[in-house]
Amino acid sequence: MKKMVSILMVIAMIVCLFSATAMAEGKTLKVGFIFLHNENSTYDLNFINAATEACKKLGVESILKTNIPEGQECYEAALDLVDAGCNIVFADSFGHEDYMIQAAKECPEVEFCHATGTRAHTEGLSNYHNAFASIYEGRYLGGIAAGLKLNELIESGAITEDQAKLGYIGAFTYAEVISGYTSFFLGARSVCPSATMEVTFTGSWYDEALEKEGAAKLIADNCVVISEHADSMGAPTACEAANIPFVFYNGSAADACPNTYIVASRINWEPYFEFIINAVQNGEAIPADWTGTLETGSVELLTLNEQAAAPGTAEAIEAAEAAMKAGELHVFDTATFTKDGAALESYMADVDTDEAYTGDTEVVADGYFHESEFRSAPYFDLQIDGITLLDTAF
Amino acid sequence: MNNVKEPLFHISKRGELPWYKGWLVRGCAVLLALIACAAVTMLVTGENPISIYATIWSGSFGSPRRAWVLFQNIAILLCVSLAVTPAFRMRFWNIGGEGQMLVGGLATAACMICLRDVLPNWGVILCMIVASIIAGAVWGGIPAFFKARWGTNETLFTLMMNYIATQLVAFFIIVWEVPKGAGKIGIINQQSEIGWLPVIGGQKYLLNILVVGAICLAMYVYLNFSKHGYEIAVVGESERTARYVGIKVDRVIVRTMLLSGGLCGVAGMLLVGGTDHTLTTTITAGRGFTAVMVSWLAKFNPIWMVLTSFLIVFLQRGAGEISTSFGLDQSFSDILTGIILFFIIGSEFFINYKINFRHAPKKEA
Repeated sequence: MKKMVSILMVIAMIVCLFSATAMAEGKTLKVGFIFLHNENSTYDLNFINAATEACKKLGVESILKTNIPEGQECYEAALDLVDAGCNIVFADSFGHEDYMIQAAKECPEVEFCHATGTRAHTEGLSNYHNAFASIYEGRYLGGIAAGLKLNELIESGAITEDQAKLGYIGAFTYAEVISGYTSFFLGARSVCPSATMEVTFTGSWYDEALEKEGAAKLIADNCVVISEHADSMGAPTACEAANIPFVFYNGSAADACPNTYIVASRINWEPYFEFIINAVQNGEAIPADWTGTLETGSVELLTLNEQAAAPGTAEAIEAAEAAMKAGELHVFDTATFTKDGAALESYMADVDTDEAYTGDTEVVADGYFHESEFRSAPYFDLQIDGITLLDTAF
Repeated sequence: MNNVKEPLFHISKRGELPWYKGWLVRGCAVLLALIACAAVTMLVTGENPISIYATIWSGSFGSPRRAWVLFQNIAILLCVSLAVTPAFRMRFWNIGGEGQMLVGGLATAACMICLRDVLPNWGVILCMIVASIIAGAVWGGIPAFFKARWGTNETLFTLMMNYIATQLVAFFIIVWEVPKGAGKIGIINQQSEIGWLPVIGGQKYLLNILVVGAICLAMYVYLNFSKHGYEIAVVGESERTARYVGIKVDRVIVRTMLLSGGLCGVAGMLLVGGTDHTLTTTITAGRGFTAVMVSWLAKFNPIWMVLTSFLIVFLQRGAGEISTSFGLDQSFSDILTGIILFFIIGSEFFINYKINFRHAPKKEA
């Protein structure tokens, strides 16, 4: 019996050697992608489309791995992509970060890029990088569309000024989501000063039933315009059924919800993918943090649905966008919001991630909160006045 | 007599098959499974069957790293299979391997997190080993105690304990999550590597493989050449006989399940401390259930289990590689794994039963 086992082992070893030598390295650049879910999730679909487009445009090979959980599987998938000859390995989910760092430590010759992560600038690895986009600018623009809709409802007499209440479905209570709903709210209040907002959390990035339930709860609570930051079509379907206008994220819902979908903002990852591929091809260094903006084409608004939007929305968004690009308009302008009744004059944000979220960097200067400048991932985690959190279990 | 219509076929129990015939049937089943997988993949992708088989092969042996991952997966699956085997030999259907493994992993993670500032590295590792064995043994011992004392149904009991273990792990993940609100522990002690089992020979999976190899041999000896092993076999054959010859049945049941659970705990420890260095509710990946099949297919023989666990892991990884390299969804590999398991389990039917077809009536002379 032992003999048989040892023979088997020998055969396996020989085969390994042969297969290893057979895997000759290709000459073209190869990029490996790791996705948390598959194309059924709007979040991942957004990455998958950008990845396929960017690789096609630049003529590089790609390998896509979908449904990779935030665990050891991510580490194994990353190393497997390295073995397959990838020069760049990219992962799309926050929880992939530890495993990407682990893999980056072991393979210094390969570039590891990770969206939404926070540790690249403190980790000190030259081949590990974070990326994000200033999506709060996109949400602010979406907020303007929502605010104009509120104005329209007030003018038509459907609601009074005091009833101008927005609803927002978030996934978790961390900075990425807080930064998102606050910018949406500030955008709305910039055109509708009496606006207030309620936020509910699902505790999951992708749960169609919970997102639908969250929307139903907000609608029952008399929220008249809804937005969300989670990845399924749950909220839009609930809104369409109840005839409540909503601002979407990551994908257009114009076809599925023609009566209620107003506009959507999204991060376009193609500029980043093209950036890293070009950098590796030209032998240039990739920065530890990369923040895409309206300028780079990373933050964009998708089709405005004229049928649901208030008149003048397109023009208002265009004007605000131009002002942002010119540096005249800042989303987190401290003159536009208060915290506990007072204006924000100083804030130490947790830029260098630690377990307790200790503030370490002063981020308020020149009259505004400098979001996504000290690192790519958002760190605005303040609860400002005017927003009510319905549940904070997550 | 001649008027009775004989059915087209009927099924009858086979006598004992010679071992090589049994393996012949199983070999045919694997072959058929591979053909069916290739056929389904061809229908979906239009690839030719040769490249499909080449892909299955490369999923396991495509690179040295893949081979190591393969053997690591075999080691963990084999460890759980070995763990449930003594209970199965006793006809105690322990399908709680999943839960026993999870609490073992939970105990390991607890030691790594709570003792990292208190004890030196070797002290943490020692505590991990002891704690994981105790945790697994307790998780296996509770159903055994109830079975021995009150005759409860062990299948249901061990199954239920799985869910409790999963919920416990889910709870502690929230307690230890990093950063707060992430719902994930991430890699434990990534900087200090405290509580990480030592890497020997530069290969991080080697230690696990060697440990499980040793457990495999020990289990073979324990079951076949020790007094305990004999008692387990007798209790499995007939509790009354066991009682008649003076074996304390209750004690054997509890003792064997403590061993079974403890070993599952070790498997959890190898997974959390040895390779993954994290804890999730899905870290066991259904191995506690797959182990039932591995053990059963090998007729509860620890040495044959090396082969059956190799077979299952090899096919699973091949199926995974097919879905990646042909650009299919990962769910496709689940479909292929399902097909493979269907054939392998189905083959047991043909080993235990035979189908007799109606013979054409003989012509009278």
